[in-house]
Amino acid sequence: MLDFVQQLVSGIALGCVYGLIALGFVLIYKATEVVNFAQGDLMMLGGFFAFTFIGMLGLNYWLGFAGAVIAMALFGMLAERVVVRPILGYPQFSIIMATIGLGYFLRSVVGMIWGTDDFKIETPFSDGVLRIGSLVLAYDKLSVIAATIILCALLYLFFNRTTLGTAMRASSENMLAAYYMGIPVKRVVSIVWAIAAAVATAAGVLLAPITFIHSNVGLVLGLKAFPAAVLGGFGSIPGAVVGGVLIGVIESMAGFYLPQGWKDVAPYIVLLVVLLLKPEGLFGVHMRKKV
Amino acid sequence: MRFLFKTDYEDDIKLFPHSGYIVSYGILLAFLLIAPFVLSSYLVSQLVFVCIYATVGVGLMILTGFTGQASLGHAAFLAIGAYTAAYLQQFNVPFPVYFLAGGLLTGVVGALVGFPALRLTGIYLVIATISFAFIVEEVLARWETVTHGNEGMRVKTLSLFGQAVPQNGPSFYYLCLAVLILTIVGTLNLLRSPTGRAFVAIRDSETAARSMGVNVSLYKVKSFAISAAITGLAGVLFAHKLSFISPEMFTLQLSIEFIIVILIGGAFSLHGAVLGAIFLVMIDPFLTYLKDDLPGIIAGIAATFGADSITAGKIHGNVAAIASANGLKGAIYGVIIVLFVLFEPLGLYGRWLKIKLFFQLFPLYKRATFKRQKIYVKSERNR
Repeated sequence: MLDFVQQLVSGIALGCVYGLIALGFVLIYKATEVVNFAQGDLMMLGGFFAFTFIGMLGLNYWLGFAGAVIAMALFGMLAERVVVRPILGYPQFSIIMATIGLGYFLRSVVGMIWGTDDFKIETPFSDGVLRIGSLVLAYDKLSVIAATIILCALLYLFFNRTTLGTAMRASSENMLAAYYMGIPVKRVVSIVWAIAAAVATAAGVLLAPITFIHSNVGLVLGLKAFPAAVLGGFGSIPGAVVGGVLIGVIESMAGFYLPQGWKDVAPYIVLLVVLLLKPEGLFGVHMRKKV
Repeated sequence: MRFLFKTDYEDDIKLFPHSGYIVSYGILLAFLLIAPFVLSSYLVSQLVFVCIYATVGVGLMILTGFTGQASLGHAAFLAIGAYTAAYLQQFNVPFPVYFLAGGLLTGVVGALVGFPALRLTGIYLVIATISFAFIVEEVLARWETVTHGNEGMRVKTLSLFGQAVPQNGPSFYYLCLAVLILTIVGTLNLLRSPTGRAFVAIRDSETAARSMGVNVSLYKVKSFAISAAITGLAGVLFAHKLSFISPEMFTLQLSIEFIIVILIGGAFSLHGAVLGAIFLVMIDPFLTYLKDDLPGIIAGIAATFGADSITAGKIHGNVAAIASANGLKGAIYGVIIVLFVLFEPLGLYGRWLKIKLFFQLFPLYKRATFKRQKIYVKSERNR
């Protein structure tokens, strides 16, 4: 029983990381109907920025964290301006390919600048553990869970309660109509990329004590975050986090109870089953097309 | 400029619309046939890879280019073909049998993937195919009695009708070339048959195709099966070419490379698959060439512009350091993909058509002829 709870908690923590990355996917998808295959790599780059600020320049952890988030928000806007904006309004597949290209580029440039080793960021809560009875919870994992809940709530409110959020939803449903209604669609998209990059950075920094950061971490985790986003129904913010947690829990349970090898495949099998039974995901909104 | 007068349907679906095609393709074929005697063995070996990648590209083109179903899982189909060959070869099954068996088995698996994919569109389909590829990769790594797991499998030299066909010799090149040409001709025939027309109709508008009486589900599954089968055939050749296969060769990276093949070539014509394959395979020797020669060239240019020998030496060193940096290839890949998507969405074949039209219409060519129409995404959720 204790094993089970322990696995559950570590699964949830891992799942929250997937959820955080998936949040980035969902944000960009919700606002532009674009799937950003470079989301994991944005996370990786954010982690490296934070590593530079904290580990190499010796800044305070929180200062470095904030610096990395701001720098990455600007970088997100730059990436949107250079790669995405020229093809906004063209078929989705082009944009997917462009973001795959961006991911390739980021991975190898980071590899060239920082090298291909594993890096670790010292955090104020790296080592401590919380004991409840005989249950041992590491602070770094708890910090991921807490941050995920806070970010998810903030973003949910942002999308559903603010004017900017409404504008984002409008431009995703029908970009041309949004133009007509006076929404500055280009600026909206740019802001969405900034937010998504910032969220990705938060994920990268929180993740650093758990998985370390290296130039391929974005690809590895991004591919796990995908099923998370799909499972939650690609357009739903709470769905992304729930999907992430599900994937994380499935993965850690499969790693513990099933023979070796199931750990990596189990999330994908579950994903395929869900897609078969409910193609729009667990939380997806499915509407009929009016002809 | 040549004007073609088409007076009936037979004219419209001719394989060679006019004699110029026969001449130019004849010359190309003649060149390809004498290639092993003219080119270095390294280049011939690269040509074999071009043939294999182009075969996969043709397969993927049927699915993605003509039926409009994106797939990022074709490495898995390649793997199934390759492993079938390696497995059957242990029992001394002759090449033609396991070659066809590889294609057939992969086709069946493709159809099985096609069924669940019927309900999925767009990004969901992409993710489902990625998941499928992951599962296949893991199965290959774990099913040790058949695949020898992560140790990989050795593939013996191909023997055809009692003759050994070493993977580096010209005969293997001819075999791959023959497979490629047969695949292309077969696909061309398929595309002018009702099945091919149905594929294109589904790509252009599923609703319209259905209302015209096309059985969308049936044709989507067919498209998956045919595409997978062709990829499986290429997989058999791939296994022989590398003479060693292991699960980590067939990763998502490879699937992305296949998509790059048709994207860079131009995802609307079979020419694109071949051009894209040439581009993707030949970029490696080109980068090696750059790595070796670029520093010297740039230092030489600097010297002619009056840089003294010390500065020129520094420039030489710096450029050499950049050119031999780890992972430069990935960065160049990324930049190439982005540049193609942004500036050449019709790919290399599209560029060729533009150049051709420019000279045909000179001086009346206008750039707007090939301008993409913005479609301003409407939510897929309402579809």
